[in-house]
Amino acid sequence: MTTTRIRGARPYGEDAADLHVRDGLLVDAVDDPDETLDADGLIALPGLVDLHTHLREPGGEEAETVGTGSAAAALGGYTAVFAMPNTDPVADSPVVVEHVWRRGREVGLVDVHPVGAVTVGLEGAKLAEMGMMAASPARVRMFSDDGRCVNDPLVMRRALEYARALDAVVAQHAEDHRLTVGAQAHEGPVAARLGLAGWDPAAEESIVARDVMLAAAAGARLHVCHLSTARSAEILRWARERYDVRVSAEVTPHHLLLTDTAAQDYDPVHKVNPPLRPDADTQALRRALADGTVDCVATDHAPHAVEAKDCEWSAARPGMLGLQTALPVVATTMVATGLLDWRGVARVCSEAPARIAGLGDQGRPLRAGEPATLTLVDPDAAWTVRGATLASRAENTPYEGTEMPVSVVHTMLRGRWTVRDGAVNGVENHG
Amino acid sequence: MSTPESTAHDETGIGLRHLLSTEGLRRAQAEALLDTAAGMEQALTGRAVRKLPTLRGRTVVTLFYENSTRTRVSFEVAGKWMSADTINVSASASSVSKGESLRDTAATLGAAGADCLVVRHPASGAPHRIAAWLDRVGHSHLGREGHVAVINAGDGTHEHPSQALLDAATLRTRLGQVDGAHVAVVGDVLHSRVARSNAHLLATLGARVTLVAPPTLLPVGVADWPVTVAHDLDAVLDQGPDAVMMLRVQAERMHGGFFPSAREYAVRFGLSQPRADRLPDHAVVLHPGPAVRGMEIASSVADSSRAAITEQVTAGVHVRMAILYHLLAGEDVA
Repeated sequence: MTTTRIRGARPYGEDAADLHVRDGLLVDAVDDPDETLDADGLIALPGLVDLHTHLREPGGEEAETVGTGSAAAALGGYTAVFAMPNTDPVADSPVVVEHVWRRGREVGLVDVHPVGAVTVGLEGAKLAEMGMMAASPARVRMFSDDGRCVNDPLVMRRALEYARALDAVVAQHAEDHRLTVGAQAHEGPVAARLGLAGWDPAAEESIVARDVMLAAAAGARLHVCHLSTARSAEILRWARERYDVRVSAEVTPHHLLLTDTAAQDYDPVHKVNPPLRPDADTQALRRALADGTVDCVATDHAPHAVEAKDCEWSAARPGMLGLQTALPVVATTMVATGLLDWRGVARVCSEAPARIAGLGDQGRPLRAGEPATLTLVDPDAAWTVRGATLASRAENTPYEGTEMPVSVVHTMLRGRWTVRDGAVNGVENHG
Repeated sequence: MSTPESTAHDETGIGLRHLLSTEGLRRAQAEALLDTAAGMEQALTGRAVRKLPTLRGRTVVTLFYENSTRTRVSFEVAGKWMSADTINVSASASSVSKGESLRDTAATLGAAGADCLVVRHPASGAPHRIAAWLDRVGHSHLGREGHVAVINAGDGTHEHPSQALLDAATLRTRLGQVDGAHVAVVGDVLHSRVARSNAHLLATLGARVTLVAPPTLLPVGVADWPVTVAHDLDAVLDQGPDAVMMLRVQAERMHGGFFPSAREYAVRFGLSQPRADRLPDHAVVLHPGPAVRGMEIASSVADSSRAAITEQVTAGVHVRMAILYHLLAGEDVA
C-alpha cells in the first residue's frame, strides 16, 4: 500500500499538523512517504456523510446514476452517502438494495449505502421486507419512504417497532398528505400573492409531533428528514427534554440559506419538498443546528432532467442538486455567521450522520489508528456555481451563478484519493 | 433566469412590454390603458364598419389551455377590430393534447411569427415562464426587435389582469372615477385570479377594497395585500360600498369542504335582492361571469339596472384593444 504525508493541513480548522497515511489508516508518522501532498492552509475534516441522497439509479438514469452521483459526492467532500429508495423499481426488496450497493462498490468513489423502503412500493400500506434488506450484503440500517410520508399512524408504529429489532432507524418524510393536496409552495404571503397552493407547515409539524410520541412509546429510533420549520425544531427540543426518545433530525443546506421568496419568478429550480420557508424559519433552523436540536446536515440531493424543471411551476418535479454545494452553503450560513466553527461542521456534516446511521468507519476522529477518510477544504478559494459543470448528470442547482466561498480540494476514502485538486480520481469511468 | 420585465422597451409611452399581472402596474400605466380603452370606444362609436387599421400586419395568437369563451372571444374581437391577424390555439385543437411542453409550444408560436401571445393556463405563473423563455430567445431573425409580447389571460389562481382592467373601466363609466371608491369583493378569493388582479389594480387606482369571504376561502397571507378583510357581508353592506363585485364559486369548490353547503353559502355570501336593496342608489354590482344565479347572485339582481354585467363584457373588448395597442403598436401607428 502507498504511504502519504499530508503536510500543513489544519485539522478541524485548528493548528496545522501533518497527517500520515499508511494502509488506509492514519498513523503517527511515515518514513519516506510514497507521496507528499502540500496542504498548507487547507482545513482537514473527516469525510462528509450524507444521510439523504437521490442517486436515481435504477430507473432515473437520465438525471443521475450511481456513477455520476458518486462523483458529485466525492467532489463535495463526501465519503459516504445514503441512497434513497424512491427509484424505479423502488428499493423495497433485497434485490434492489443489493444492486445499488454493488454499483456503489464498483464505482468506488464513496461508500453507497442504500436506504430501504419502509413500505412496499412506497405506498404506505404494507411493510417492505426490512429484515431481509438488513440481512443482505447491503446491510440496510436506515429505512424511509422519502418523497412520501408514512401517513398511516398504525403502519408507522409497526415500522418503528419492527425496526427496533434490526437496530435500524426509520427516517420519516414528515408531511401529512391530507394537508398538502396540490401544495406548491410554503403557505404564506408569497404563495398567496403568486397564487400557488399553500404547503401548510403544520403538515410537517403534526407528523413530527405524532412520530416522536410513537417512537417514544415503541422505544424505537426515529430520524426526521429535511426538517424545515422552527416549530418542528421546537417539538424536538420539547420531546427530548421530557421523554427518553431516540430521535434525530437533519436539515438541508437549502433550508439554511434560501427562502420562499425565491419562488417569485416561478422558476421551478426553486421548487422543493418540503418547500423553501420564510426567513424566520431559516434563521431558527440555523440556531437549531448550532445548538444540536437538529443533529446534522443532509443534502436531499435531488437531480431532475431538464424537462422536469423547464416547465410551468406546478408541473415541475420538486428537488434540487446539493452534493457539491452543501459544504460551501454550510460555510456561508453557519461558519461565516459564527454559529459553528469547523469542528462543529465536522460534527454536523460527518460525525453525527455517521452515528445516526451506525457507520463505524466514517465520521471518525482525525487521529492515528482511525481510517484515512477525510476531505481537505480551501476556506479562501471562492468559485462560481455552474450547473453544466457539476458532476451530476442533471443541472438543477438553485445556485447557478452564485459565488461559493470555500472549495473542496481533495477527498480521501480509506487512504485512496477519490478527489485530487478538485478532480475525480475514479476507479471506473463514471461519466 | 431573469424575470420578465414590464418596464423596458417603451414603444407607446407607457413602458409596457408584457401584461402579466396588475401587481406592479404603475398608476400612470393603468390610467393610460383605461384612457386608451375609452378612446377606442369613442373611435368605434357610430362606425358602420368597426375596423381600425392600427394593428394591420400584426399577428395575435390566443393560446388557451382552459376553456373560456368570453375571454378568448373578447381578445379575438379586440384584435380583429384593430385589423390584427388573430389565430386561436386551444388545448384540444393543437399538439398541446399530444403532450408537447409549454416551452416548445411557445417557442414554436414565437418562431412562426406571433407578435403577441394571449395565454390562459391552469398553472399559476405559466405566462411568466413563457415571457421569460421568449425574452431569452428573441426572434430578431424574423425582422422584429426580437420581442413577442405576452398577455396573461388568466393563470391558475394567480392573476387575470385584463379582467381587472375591464372592471375598472366599468367602474369609471358608472361611478365617474375609481379613486376614493369603496369596492367590496365577495366570494372565493382563495382560488380567484380575478380577486388578486382587482385587489392590486383597485388599490393602485386609489380605491378602498374590502374582501368578504369565509376564512376557508381566503389565502393564508392575505394580510399583506392592500385590502381590508371581512367575513360578514351584511356588515360590509352597512358601510354603503360604491360597488360590489361578486366572485364565481366553481363547482369543485362546493364539494371541497370549503363551506358546508351551497345553501349556507347563498345565505351568508349571496347577493340577494334584499341585500341589493340596502346598497346606495349609485352602487354598482359586478360579476366576472359566468354567474351561478340563485347562489352567488339573485337573478333579479343580476338582471337589474344596478348590475353592470353586460357592460363589463363590452368594456372588455375596449380594454383588450387598449392592451394590444400599447403592447404592439409602434409610435408610427399611433
